[in-house]
This record gives sequence, structure tokens and C-alpha cells, in this order.
Amino acid sequence: MKPKTPSKLEKILADGHMAVTSECGPPRGSDPEVIVKKANMIKDHVDAINITDNQTSVTRMCSLAACIRLKLMGLEPVLQMVTRDRNRIALQSDILGAASYDIFNVLCLSGDHQSFGDCPTGQNVHDIDSMQLIQTVRHMRDEGKFLGGDDIGRPPQMFVGAAANPFADPFEIRVPRLAKKIAAGVEFIQTQCIYDIDKFELWTKIAGDRGLLDKVYILAGVTPFKSAGMARYMKNRVPGIEVPDEMVKRMADTPKEKQPEEGIKICIETIQRLKEVKGVRGFHVMAIEWEDKVPEIVEKSGLYPRPTVV
Amino acid sequence: MRLQYPTDIKIILLPCTGKLDVLHILHAFEKGADGVYAVGCMEGDCHYNSGNLRARKRVEQAQHILDTIGMGGERVQMYNLSSSEGPRFAQIAVEMDERIRKLGPNPIKQVKHRAA
Amino acid sequence: MIVADKKPIEEIIEQIKEHEKILILGCNECVTVCEAGGKKEVGVLASALRMYFLNQGRNVKIDEETLERQCDHEYLEEIRDRMDQYDAVVSLACGVGVQFMAEKYQNTPVYPGVNTCFLGVTEKRGLWTERCQACGQCILASTGGICPVSRCAKRLLNGPCGGSARGSCEINKDIDCAWQLIVDRLKALNRLDDYEKICGLKDWSFDRAGGPRKVVREDVQE
Repeated sequence: MKPKTPSKLEKILADGHMAVTSECGPPRGSDPEVIVKKANMIKDHVDAINITDNQTSVTRMCSLAACIRLKLMGLEPVLQMVTRDRNRIALQSDILGAASYDIFNVLCLSGDHQSFGDCPTGQNVHDIDSMQLIQTVRHMRDEGKFLGGDDIGRPPQMFVGAAANPFADPFEIRVPRLAKKIAAGVEFIQTQCIYDIDKFELWTKIAGDRGLLDKVYILAGVTPFKSAGMARYMKNRVPGIEVPDEMVKRMADTPKEKQPEEGIKICIETIQRLKEVKGVRGFHVMAIEWEDKVPEIVEKSGLYPRPTVV
Repeated sequence: MRLQYPTDIKIILLPCTGKLDVLHILHAFEKGADGVYAVGCMEGDCHYNSGNLRARKRVEQAQHILDTIGMGGERVQMYNLSSSEGPRFAQIAVEMDERIRKLGPNPIKQVKHRAA
Repeated sequence: MIVADKKPIEEIIEQIKEHEKILILGCNECVTVCEAGGKKEVGVLASALRMYFLNQGRNVKIDEETLERQCDHEYLEEIRDRMDQYDAVVSLACGVGVQFMAEKYQNTPVYPGVNTCFLGVTEKRGLWTERCQACGQCILASTGGICPVSRCAKRLLNGPCGGSARGSCEINKDIDCAWQLIVDRLKALNRLDDYEKICGLKDWSFDRAGGPRKVVREDVQE
């Protein structure tokens, strides 16, 4: 697929390389150094950096501002946008704001419910959903028009992404849902973190049978366990994440001080296995509050150095 | 069985305690009753299946209302016994009588009396 | 029907405590069915309030009345010649009835006795759940009769989100994932292919967002 935008991420994928992305959570404050520090830890080991958008509905510095900060550092941001907090006017507006700083990647999401966060009594907006947001960005880019019909001066050139979760329920529509997002105009997918590789392979196989793997770049999500407790927590308490029993056991059987190291090992092994899965075009390493381990994971997975883009 | 029990208890016969409504309980207090109690069949043995269970819920509702308005929810109670337990009936009557004497007369009686 | 829930007695007392002659006004329709504001509830509230005030040493007049509805002129007119007896009304009707009372009886304060909650069904006695948000543009034909606007916590028109787990919504496992229900129903109707049809942007101007709404039927107006 030929790149349609100036996005560095798109170029790397179009050139046939395995892409690597990671994410940074903005601070619960206005100190830009937090973002600068996190970005500096990982910048040589990833092709693009996602900035989360008030993740888990916890109020933080906005994704757009943090993405601009990355751009000013000469890095490639991925603007995550949830539809929970902004209506269609604000979403289009923020896309233009991002485009004005030549931010070329956007990830369209619904967003966790506000009851999980620090303002559970607030309204949620959901004027449009993530599917419609994908359509909106493509419309702004390809038709150069606002939703209202007027022309956009200097339309955004965004490489459009979305999330996919092969482990959420109901499983039977997870590939149809991928198909739907592709029909809506999505160009790259970052999946929820993968531990059950068999189930992931089943999802990609069904997608492949439908011819979907040629139509979208799939970046497989991975997250290293920091501890056996974290493995158990993710297995039992986080909806949409599945962890095989053997993996939890492996972590639990490891002495406590060696557990972080074991978690990283599992993560690297997962990446190595996923490299062989048809349809996987890269990795999205989510090491939240553990960003300093990203370089090690990327290097030991044979994904370093990152390709340079002309 | 001709057992003794306190004389200031007025008995109102119902086919089943399930017939008792929250409103009956509240009106009784409005009219000056110091206490109200419902005596129903043992739970699981209700002749009409679950009338006594409904009665218990209504008694609890009335207790909550009486607590909220400052009358004291302990003034209304639910008891369960089988119809052959004469001595238990008398025992309950004594227990309720003692409880109400300790709580004192219905507070609104004096107001109504003064207003009259 | 409109589902409402009784306001705590303490809250109602706080609203009316300055008044001396109060009418508790119930409604025979929705609030009767959800056991919040019918004749029975009027009786219980009135009795409780009378005893409360007596306990405070005040002989407050508290009358009881239940109208067929409080959202039609005819029924609210039935009490017009009694209204001068009261200096306040506690209406146990839904928010609609309380407001209509206030509009028709400008000089008498009307207080709400229930919290109006949603449009819903009686799943069983004592359990009422939401089904409709009156968005003004019903899409039930394409979702197998299950509404994502009212039953999806994020009102996704192209759901489910990634938080759907074992048929439950991410916010509470006692809440069904609306999109799981929709998928199940489309399957039962042999229309699972419809799932991939993308639902376009909703026109929320027919919803609350467009301002207070009205329906006009000139063909039945006089």
C-alpha cells in the first residue's frame, strides 16, 4: 500500500518494515518535563509514540498538547482521541489543531466510561462513536470537508488508526468489527495486549480468510508483567484481557525479586512468536509507568535499530 | 388455654398477616396506638404461601418510616409462631408490652390531647 | 412507562416544613405501577407527615387526593375549587405532572415527592429498568429491537466497545451489554450480516440537545 500521508509510521509500514510504537501517559499536571522525560527514554526504539487521552477517565494533560510537545522534540506522535469527552465540533477542531502542528497519526477510540475515573458524576458526550470518528477523519482528509459540508482550509493529512480487541466479547463479531472499521476507513490497528497467542492467531486467521489482512496494518499490542500480582490482576479484573493459566503460573513460580525480569522475558517471547503470525505488521508496546524497559524489550526482540525514513 | 397476658392489647384478626398493609400500621399510630405487632405463621408454613413474608417486609418498611419521623421503629414488630403455641403467644404479648412501656406512650398522643 | 422512585421523607419534610395546609397529590398511572406515587403511597406519606408534625407539636393539615393523571388539563382542573384551602402541594406525579401543576396553579407552591428516573419496564415487581431515552428518532428496526442509545452506557451506535465482558457492560456486571443483546438478537433473527452495516451520525437535534421538544399534529387540532 502506498502511503497517503506524510506520516512516518505509515511510511515505515508501507516500506514493509515491522513498525514499533509505544505509549506515554501525560501527567496529572501541567509539567511538560514528564512527557519529555518519558519520550527521551524510548525515542530511539520506537517509530511513533501514542499519547493517551484521559485514559481510564482520569483527568490529565490533554493528548493534543502532549503530542505537540513531542512534535516540537522532533518525534512522531500518535494522537489518541476518545469520543467520550468531546462532541463532533470539538473533535474536528482538535484534529485541525493537531494538523496545524503536522501531527499525522490519530487513533480513534470510544474511551473508558467516566465512572472509572476521577469525575464519575460528569456527563459523557459520545456525540459520535469511534467508528464514526474514523469516517470523520477520513472525510476531512480525503474530501477536505467538515462534517457540516464546508471546505477545510489545508485539510488534515492523518494516518487513521483504531483499536481492536480480539479478546473482548462477543468473540463472534470481533472480526466483523474489524471489517466494519476497515470499511469505515481505518488504516492501522493497535490491538489490546496479547497473552493468549492461540486466540489471537484464530482472530487473524478468520480475518485473513476474509481478505482483511491486506487492507489494514495490524500492530500487536504487548505489555510486560511487572509481577505475578499484576498477571493475576490482569487475568481476573480487567475485562477484555485474557491471560493463559500457564503464564500466571510461570510468574507465580518465579521468586519475587526476579518477577520483573521474567515478565520482560515473557513479553519478548510473545513478540518473537507474534512475528510469525500472518498479518502482524508491527508491535505496540504498552509498558505503562515502566517506559524505561521499552528499549530492552525492543532490542532483545530483534527490533532494534529502528529503520530510518527519508 | 386460658393463659394470662396483658390486658391492654387489642387483637385484630386477619385471615393472614399478608393482608396487613403499611397504611394500617401507620394509621394505628396516628390514632394513638403506642405499639403495633403482627403475629404470623412460621416462615415456610404460611397457609397462603408467602403472606407472612410480605408482612415482614411491610413491618420493616413501617419501622423505617417511624424511625425517620422520630416515632421509633421499635414500636412495631413482627413475630412468627405456629397456631398451637399458646404459651408463646402469651410470652410475645408480655415481651411487647414491656418493650412499649419502656419506650413510653405514643408521643403524638399528648399533642393531640393538648390540641383538643 | 415513566419510572420514578420515592424521595426520602426527610427531603420532603425539608421542602414543606414552613407550610401549614398541604395537599399530597398522587397519580393513578405510571407512578402507581412503579409503586412510587399512587393512592397507596399518598396515604403512607400523608400519615407519616401528619405524625411527624404532631411529634413536633404542630397540627399541620395534610390532605390526600389521587388524580387519574397530572399531565392533562381535565384531571388537574378537578381540584381547582379546593386549591384555596392549601398553601402547598406535594405532587407524587412524575416531573411532568409536578410542572403542569405548577403551570396551572401559579399561586401555590408545588413540590416534587418523587425522583423521576427513566422510561422503562417492570421486569418483575420491585425491579424496573430503563429502555428508552426518547431520542426522537427511533432506530430499533436496525438493532433487532434493542436500543443502544438507552441501554449502552456509551450510547455507541456501532458497538460493542472493548470493555464488553461475558455479556456485561464494563461499568457493572449486573448491567447487560446492549451490543451483546443486539448481536444475540440479530443472530436469532438470522440477520447477523446487518451487524456490519455502519450506522451513520445521529441527529441529536431531535433529542434533548435540540432544546425542549414538541409534537404537533394539526390533523387532530381544533
